[in-house]
Amino acid sequence: MNMPAVKPQPATAVTPAIAKVLRLEPRRPKFSLARISTVAHDIASRVVPPVVVIALVLLVWELLCRKQGATLPPPSRVISDTWVLITDPFFDNGGLDKGLFWHLIASLQRVAKGYALACIAGVALGTLIGQSTWAMRGLDPIFQVLRTVPPLAWLPLSLAAFRDGQPSAIFVIFITSIWPIIINTAVGIRNIPQDYRNVAAVLRLNPLEFFWKIMIPSAAPYIFTGLRIGIGLSWLAIVAAEMLIGGVGIGFFIWDAWNSSHISEIMLALIYVGLVGFVLDRIVAGIAHVVTHGTAAS
Amino acid sequence: MTPYLRIDHVDKSFIRGATETKVLRDVSLSVEKGQFVCIIGHSGCGKTTLLNIVAGLTTVSLGGVLLEGREVNEPGPDRAVVFQNHSLLPWLTVYENVRLAVDKVHAGKKSRAERHAWTLHNLDLVQMSHAKDKRPAEISGGMKQRVGLARALAMEPKVLLLDEPFGALDALTRAHLQDSVMALHQKLGNTVLMITHDVDEAVLLSDRIAMMTNGPAAQVGEILDVPLVRPRKRLELAANAIYLKCRQRVLEFLYERHRFVEAA
Repeated sequence: MNMPAVKPQPATAVTPAIAKVLRLEPRRPKFSLARISTVAHDIASRVVPPVVVIALVLLVWELLCRKQGATLPPPSRVISDTWVLITDPFFDNGGLDKGLFWHLIASLQRVAKGYALACIAGVALGTLIGQSTWAMRGLDPIFQVLRTVPPLAWLPLSLAAFRDGQPSAIFVIFITSIWPIIINTAVGIRNIPQDYRNVAAVLRLNPLEFFWKIMIPSAAPYIFTGLRIGIGLSWLAIVAAEMLIGGVGIGFFIWDAWNSSHISEIMLALIYVGLVGFVLDRIVAGIAHVVTHGTAAS
Repeated sequence: MTPYLRIDHVDKSFIRGATETKVLRDVSLSVEKGQFVCIIGHSGCGKTTLLNIVAGLTTVSLGGVLLEGREVNEPGPDRAVVFQNHSLLPWLTVYENVRLAVDKVHAGKKSRAERHAWTLHNLDLVQMSHAKDKRPAEISGGMKQRVGLARALAMEPKVLLLDEPFGALDALTRAHLQDSVMALHQKLGNTVLMITHDVDEAVLLSDRIAMMTNGPAAQVGEILDVPLVRPRKRLELAANAIYLKCRQRVLEFLYERHRFVEAA
């Protein structure tokens, strides 16, 4: 292009005029001060609303549960009842008498195993369905029916098959989180633009190269949508599954607290469950953002 | 002497259910080695279908395509395509897009360092080295087509297929790219088959222009030789008698004898 050869002329002619205006020294600190205040304002406008709303919710809760005959404890009681659990999440008195950290870790380990299996199997099956019309027609009806089965309905069956709580819980995670991964992957594969297929055809990419170099990157935004729904569902399922199978885990902790009438502990556990679920979702969204260069919704 | 590339009595019909649509009927065209041939016609006449047949992306219903005397019926890097909408992979950088093609086509023939150098060389040819680490979304439409051209050239194709590569660009960018393509054709001596609907572009770039009748069942209506000497200069040609005569012939074909009847 001939552009660079022509450009310098007008550029040098204009620069001195601009430089004179910019040399005003006092302007800079004033400008940056204004910028700091805009940034501060920006942060405040994001932080203040949730803080106010949380304070209001706590206040209403406190007022409602303070009355005589309230069935649930107010937030002040929850904090005083569970102070030991809040301040020391790492104690371990053997058996099931552990800090919340250990319960959460045990649950997260189950989720990690079941979810990892679901990711691998889900992407593989989704690719198969997305790529082959025959496989889609054969498998789609089965998937459409099975995906509506509630997670806990699989538990008796998996207990019967594995005869042990641990693999049964992992299987429940797997079977719960796999459907959105399969379906979204299949949609992503089916939506690969014909252009990319043409490029692959002209280059004569073999199926394996096509899979890694075209399919996976092209379908990545869809796949990650499925993965995000999947991680949310597995966290939902683990709490329910652990309530039934027992052992160390946040689900059983809640069930145990219920059986001992420690309502405050249940409330604390629920807050932790919610926070961990939120963090898991953000982690998958963050990975998606990095892997897809920001094209996936986050 | 058998021509380098020969499109031999090609018929193409698309069948959907019980209805059969004949797109191309008995299309024949020969391209000599090193020649620049344009196919021009109104939109919907099957130009792109014809190019896709040569590329191997679409199969023929009857007839065939011969390259150096051998039939071609599947896609391959010997007939590299520059697509209308650039078709760069958005998750790869400019360099990686070209490198993907270089790695695939020259695997085993060139060492790693040679492939790197060859990638850069081709980006250089289209003056895109400065943006090699950018992603397609970060460069302009004209630049994307340059990278698409670099990717195609890097495959060292026997025939370079250009599918309306400048159709979506503004007039100034298009002129720039036409000059680039002319210069590259001059320098590398590629055999080029190009689809266009721009009369000036066709006359400026081509050695021969194949004019297609309107579909359905489009045919090559007329083939016009453009006996202008190369290198051609856009400004000098504006008043050149041969240029004007060729242009006139194409315009007559498109707007008098084969007017576009349907609304575009």
